[in-house]
Amino acid sequence: MTTDSKSAPDFVAPHVRSLPKSGIRDFFDIVAGRKDVISLGIGEPDFQTPWHIRERAIEALERGATRYTSNLGTPELRQTLAAYMRQSFQCDYDWQHEILVTVGVSEAFDLAIRAVLSPGDEVLYHEPCFVAYAPLIRMAHGVPVPVETFRKDNFRLTVAELEKKVTPRTRVLLLNFPNNPTGATLDRADTEALADFAIRHNLLVISDEVYSELTYEGGRHSMAAIPRLRDRLIFLNGFSKAWSMTGFRLGYACAPAPLTDAMMKIHQFGMMCASSISQTAGLEAVRHGDKAIAEMRDSYHLRRNFVVASLNGMGLDCFMPRGAFYVFPSIQCTGLSSKEFALRLLNEYNVACVPGDAFGACGEGFLRCAYATGMEPLKEAMDRMRTFVSSFVH
Amino acid sequence: MAMDALLELLKKNARESDATLAKLLGISEQEVRARIAAYEQEGVIRGFQALLNTDRLDTHDVRAVIELRIRPEHEGGFDRVAARISKFPQVESMYLMSGAYDLLLFVKGASLQEVANFVSARLAPLDGVLSTATHFMLKTYKDQGVLMESEPHDDRLQVCP
Repeated sequence: MTTDSKSAPDFVAPHVRSLPKSGIRDFFDIVAGRKDVISLGIGEPDFQTPWHIRERAIEALERGATRYTSNLGTPELRQTLAAYMRQSFQCDYDWQHEILVTVGVSEAFDLAIRAVLSPGDEVLYHEPCFVAYAPLIRMAHGVPVPVETFRKDNFRLTVAELEKKVTPRTRVLLLNFPNNPTGATLDRADTEALADFAIRHNLLVISDEVYSELTYEGGRHSMAAIPRLRDRLIFLNGFSKAWSMTGFRLGYACAPAPLTDAMMKIHQFGMMCASSISQTAGLEAVRHGDKAIAEMRDSYHLRRNFVVASLNGMGLDCFMPRGAFYVFPSIQCTGLSSKEFALRLLNEYNVACVPGDAFGACGEGFLRCAYATGMEPLKEAMDRMRTFVSSFVH
Repeated sequence: MAMDALLELLKKNARESDATLAKLLGISEQEVRARIAAYEQEGVIRGFQALLNTDRLDTHDVRAVIELRIRPEHEGGFDRVAARISKFPQVESMYLMSGAYDLLLFVKGASLQEVANFVSARLAPLDGVLSTATHFMLKTYKDQGVLMESEPHDDRLQVCP
């Protein structure tokens, strides 16, 4: 044995060791194992995967369709996704060279960022945001550059804020609307302005639109619908949210052939292909899932109305989000920090919400409440929150 | 045309409070009450009932589905006979059908014997009834869109991104 013998922790690479754990994970550890908690902390649909989709997955197993597929994904699924993109956003992607089926949007994002970043390249992304972006940018040896969004703008991303943070090293603008955790959406003028910004500064845009189908008002405004952006856009979408297929782990990327090819290189060595069973289920979802999606969307829509009315009614300021299944109320009137509020709500009233600062420092003073949960628990949760908040607000 | 969202909500849970319905729909409680009253007035809403899993109850009620072939009449087709049959309290639901028979009845009785007697003594002898076929129901799996055995509990992680 030599004197500088290493123990297990020493083998962990420094850039991984320095990666902070997700704030959501911290909170999960506190909540885990507690009984009778009503959780509004779940970023996952409460609906079961629609039966016709599960039935197709069973049928795929029976048929023995359990082999590797093409690295890019099955031709049927890619053809169907190309048709879906055309119908949804009037854009044309060649299914043979411009669509890559992935293991969830998370893998698609990881591939995209690794395919385009060189060490030290900067990525502009907006906060509050999904917890995985900054860590994955760092793992790709990029530099995450957060751009704040504000309650006064209903958490829309503005070009004015972007202009403050863009530098000659900026390579990528990352977007996620409808947004987790705020529920914010973009309108047509926003997407046009963001596209102009990206072109002006010669940036690539990566747009994660996994909540796109869950848009309740104002229309779906995709970056993919802007023709002049086509050559500098990686569009990401997946099945987890709208089709309620989280455990299938299925997503996809649409991008010009050279970018798709670059992502595919990494994917083929690291992942080979997405699950063949999930791809069969995904094909059924895109082809025949419209009615099931519409029913779930209608249900979320009504619950959103209920939760926003309840929160504002108890004195927690909350804008009316137009997409996803989150509301992001301000808890500043209580004088508590986000963490204090969430911890006390959990300890005293058994309701779990995620503190806003888990989604970026500017989320401090806010709380993420997911309304992807049944009406009965939702009503009970609102009653308990009202009682809790009433001890602060008079 | 899609059903009014208020009716959809009441179909799912008729006991939902006016206050909750108002928040869900983004309208006032008064408007909720007024619209429900209007639907009752128009005969769209015919009642509010509890949906029971009778298999879980300690009753020995027997349910049967009865297919009835009847002779249509010159004036009024099946309606006159159907109206007579639907008045029996044993008949819980009744539909006019296309296909091999005309009326489909859902019938309840205190025992197998009672239902059998109802068919042989009351239904079959009716003028215009050509034939009956009785099927006794053994178990309810789903009723009115509701599964009788509860769905698996929520096994999602309690907090996730």
